[in-house]
Amino acid sequence: MKLEHLSAVELGRKIASRELSSREVTAHFLKRTEAANASINAFVRLTGDEALQRAEGIDARLACGESLGPLAGVPVGIKDILCMSGELTTCCSRMLENFRSPYTATALQQLLDAGLVPIGKNNMDEFAMGGSTETGVHGVTRNPWDVARTAGGSSGGCAAALAAGMVPLAIGTDTGGSVRQPAAFCGVVGLKPTYGRVSRYGLIAFASSLDQVGPLAHYVEDIAACMESLAGHDPRDSTSLDTPVPQYTAELGASLKGLKVGVVREHVDHPALDDSIRLAVARAQETLQSLGAELIDVHLPHTAYSVATYYIVAPCEASGNLERYEGVHYGFRKLGEAGASSPLDAMIARSRSAGFGDEVKRRIMLGTFALSTGYYESYYKKALQVRRLIANDYEQAFGQVDVVLGPVTPTTAFKIGEKINDPVQMYLEDLFTVGANLAGLPGLALPAGACPSGLPTAIQLQGPALGEARLLNVAYQLQQSGLHQPSLAAGVA
Amino acid sequence: MDSAPYKIVVGIEVHVQLDTITKLFCGCSTAFGAAPNTQVCPVCLGLPGALPVINERAIELAIRTGLALNCEIAHETKWDRKNYFYPDLPKGYQISQFDQPICDVGYLDFPNPDAPSETMRVRLIRAHLEEDAGKSMHDEAAGKADSRIDLNRTGTPLLEIVSQPDIHSPQAAKAYLTELRLLLTYLGVSDCNMQEGSLRADANVNLHIEQDGEMLATPIVEVKNLNSFRAVERALVYESQRQYAQWQKTGQKLGEAPKQTRGWDDAAGVTIPQREKEESADYRYFPDPDLVPLRITDAWLTRGREQVGELPAVLRQRLESDFGLKPYDADVLVSQGRGVVEYFQRAVATGANPKRVSSWVQQDVMRTLNERSVAIEDFPLGAEQFSVLLQAIDSGDLDNSRGKDVFQYWLEHPALKLDEVKAALGIAVVDRGELESLCRELLVENPKVVEQVKAGDLKGLGALIGAAKKKNPNADPKLVRELCQTLIQQM
Amino acid sequence: MELSRDDVLQVAGLAKLEFPEAELDAFAVQLGKIVTFVEQLSEVDTAGVEPMAHPLDLHSAKRADVLVAGLSHAQALANAPKSDGEFFLVPPVLVKKP
Ligand SMILES: [Mg+2]
Ligand SMILES: [Zn+2]
Repeated sequence: MKLEHLSAVELGRKIASRELSSREVTAHFLKRTEAANASINAFVRLTGDEALQRAEGIDARLACGESLGPLAGVPVGIKDILCMSGELTTCCSRMLENFRSPYTATALQQLLDAGLVPIGKNNMDEFAMGGSTETGVHGVTRNPWDVARTAGGSSGGCAAALAAGMVPLAIGTDTGGSVRQPAAFCGVVGLKPTYGRVSRYGLIAFASSLDQVGPLAHYVEDIAACMESLAGHDPRDSTSLDTPVPQYTAELGASLKGLKVGVVREHVDHPALDDSIRLAVARAQETLQSLGAELIDVHLPHTAYSVATYYIVAPCEASGNLERYEGVHYGFRKLGEAGASSPLDAMIARSRSAGFGDEVKRRIMLGTFALSTGYYESYYKKALQVRRLIANDYEQAFGQVDVVLGPVTPTTAFKIGEKINDPVQMYLEDLFTVGANLAGLPGLALPAGACPSGLPTAIQLQGPALGEARLLNVAYQLQQSGLHQPSLAAGVA
Repeated sequence: MDSAPYKIVVGIEVHVQLDTITKLFCGCSTAFGAAPNTQVCPVCLGLPGALPVINERAIELAIRTGLALNCEIAHETKWDRKNYFYPDLPKGYQISQFDQPICDVGYLDFPNPDAPSETMRVRLIRAHLEEDAGKSMHDEAAGKADSRIDLNRTGTPLLEIVSQPDIHSPQAAKAYLTELRLLLTYLGVSDCNMQEGSLRADANVNLHIEQDGEMLATPIVEVKNLNSFRAVERALVYESQRQYAQWQKTGQKLGEAPKQTRGWDDAAGVTIPQREKEESADYRYFPDPDLVPLRITDAWLTRGREQVGELPAVLRQRLESDFGLKPYDADVLVSQGRGVVEYFQRAVATGANPKRVSSWVQQDVMRTLNERSVAIEDFPLGAEQFSVLLQAIDSGDLDNSRGKDVFQYWLEHPALKLDEVKAALGIAVVDRGELESLCRELLVENPKVVEQVKAGDLKGLGALIGAAKKKNPNADPKLVRELCQTLIQQM
Repeated sequence: MELSRDDVLQVAGLAKLEFPEAELDAFAVQLGKIVTFVEQLSEVDTAGVEPMAHPLDLHSAKRADVLVAGLSHAQALANAPKSDGEFFLVPPVLVKKP
């Protein structure tokens, strides 16, 4: 029995029934990770000893007859953006290369309380700013399906780790598609929950009104199970939703008869959309119909403006969120020759310029520009107005249908280095994903078979606020009917 | 001021530290004087991933203050980031309020310092909540050694109260601030301790100059580092003269020179240009996406109104109308704070004469409070006891000077009853006959004085009173005086 | 909108970032391209549209005025690039006097 082919829920079941120990499961995945990471670079840090200790702790508690959560004892990868007390949390930036958080992110704490076992920190684009996991200080993450291609980003490390069978579950974050796009590129399932569904406390901010923690896994049921411990109200996060968390797993399998599924014309008819992906969406449509769902064309008329809107809103918030990195209280410090400025000002400018990579600096500059006197109205305020129109489009659509269907990305995984020097091209990758972030809605990436070249394709399901349960059920049914067949990357041992 | 060839125009920004237990956005203590960097957490340190959550008491205190300052309270208020880099500002931005302050336009009335019976009014532009910065200690001299940063104060709730430029004299500025501080203490929203920085004032100053029928304005200067009301008064006197001289030299008008920031040097008694850390400042305000808007419900407002209570201006009025006190006396009592006024009212309520209570409170009580530096709440003599004493004087059972003896003795033995105190001091009423024979003795013993008085020099009587007191401390000086006088006339 | 190197320097000043002299022009062009790209929003009619700073209608989150244990003094300074064990230390804030 190859453990890496089991779902997280199945592993949890076997651990709970003591058929497997958390220790042997954890050791197994650690071993696979150590073997594969050299070529994939999905993990920037492994915490094997802590993981094994924690696993033994879970085994001991189970031995005492304690009943823990369905995922207790299951190894998990954590994007290097969630703070864990005492551990390094670097956001894959030189700026934080030595930063040890004195506290643990609420979302992560809830996973620990549920008995999950983090084995290390996953690679990402620096401060989650990128779509290819190429901009981090720890180097590029390679796509297990084709190591010449990117794993997507910014949660590329999470998705690649899954595809390579290093972990059965991983936790990423999604600000403009950073969970869904790498999931699509690596052939795994990824969920971006409703804004406020999962606490942001301890999630190192990129763009506060867009950031959301989300799980990635091979199996939809694993996402559902994980969400049950990940979601919930956090009094430390003013933007956290104070509404009860449903039993996501209990709702899997409910009939789709009469379910209204909207097909987003602006997405599936988009000229930039790869045929292989258009085909994947078509396959999903057929399957849904066969499951008794009703397909209806819907429109998100402002789709064309969503990327521009996003690339004003996100950088503006980021320019503020990253002002704390000034080499004063923590983080990277580099002294500078004080010319006309004071030694302090020189130090701050030198530290930030040397501590941040190019893409981060680019976005800080863009955001600072868009907020500065004379430009605020025509850029930032304008973007917030278009954001409203984009949200209204979704509201309209969800007045007609229960979920909407479309692609996650215009193309399958692109080559490493292909877009890194053309920011605008890179940004257009987010065309179909940023809408959900701007509107605060849930979106799910579900693999839908391979394209002729063997690379994974995927579809995206989006729902109204707090519609996760339904998204998960629809995805689950598509998985059960074979649209998505969970599998490790071809050629991965 | 009026004699000067210009009119000084002043607007004042006051930062008040609100009296909360914890900081504005985190659960750290706001207590003053702790060891450096011991009252901090991930939130106020601005650590990656930490998030702010608003302290509801800060909102409550801001609403209470806004209501007392006749402000319009916002139905919905929001939080904005003010972006600038400074080492005592760990996030690189200050969470403040830009376009939706919790308190909108209002005003404050206060006694005209030149005519206490008249009131002056300063209109308020707004009052908004914001977080305080930490403290930086610089090596001012050389600028070579490192600066030291203490973040204990970071995140302490401040209410910034911004006035219209309605103030036209240093005295008026001082009077405005005095009333504002009094009001804030009556409201119990701040201890207003200027030494500990609980109340900080900055003044925007310029001049309106009459020139051949034309009124012109000089460039506005912001004066900072005003650490006492006295400093405010002196700085404005200095600054107005400096600006006038400057204008005579340069002739620069408003808009012809950038807004300047100057610091008040109290020792030197001058304002000096400050290093413009905010030169060409562009704060790039935008809504803080970590915080959500706050809706101010009617429940908040109702509670706020209940907590406002009777304000100094109203109290002064009532002391004048209900008890016939002069504006001056009413003002002195009210300025002592709610406690003293309540002490006064309780003493009067139990039957003592308001004017006598007022003068005794202003002299003996306040003197004792100062000497022992205690608050009226800890004053040994209860208002009721105090009233009994003054009533005895009202009724003539006690003469004023013996009254003072009783007051002093009673302070040390507050447990005693008035009679017990009188007994302890051997105070007994001396009947007229007894006193008359005592006076006759005195006249015999002091022939010189008798001659003096006969000659019409009444000064001598004082000596006789003194002598009488020696023979019998209970002798009523008034009576001794008039008896001796009549007896001498009869001689 | 095209950006000049002076525009870049102005913004960099606000953002406390430095760019090598040699890269300034190239960066100005690149940033200008991005700015031009986002300027397509000007095509959208947003007359009377309420700006949307937050995705959901969340409001009035608050906490009671109750002390919560923070960080120890040691924890507070643990990540400091430089400290004297009591304060965070930073280079002089004032410009050196000649
Ligand atoms: Mg202020
Ligand atoms: Zn704190």
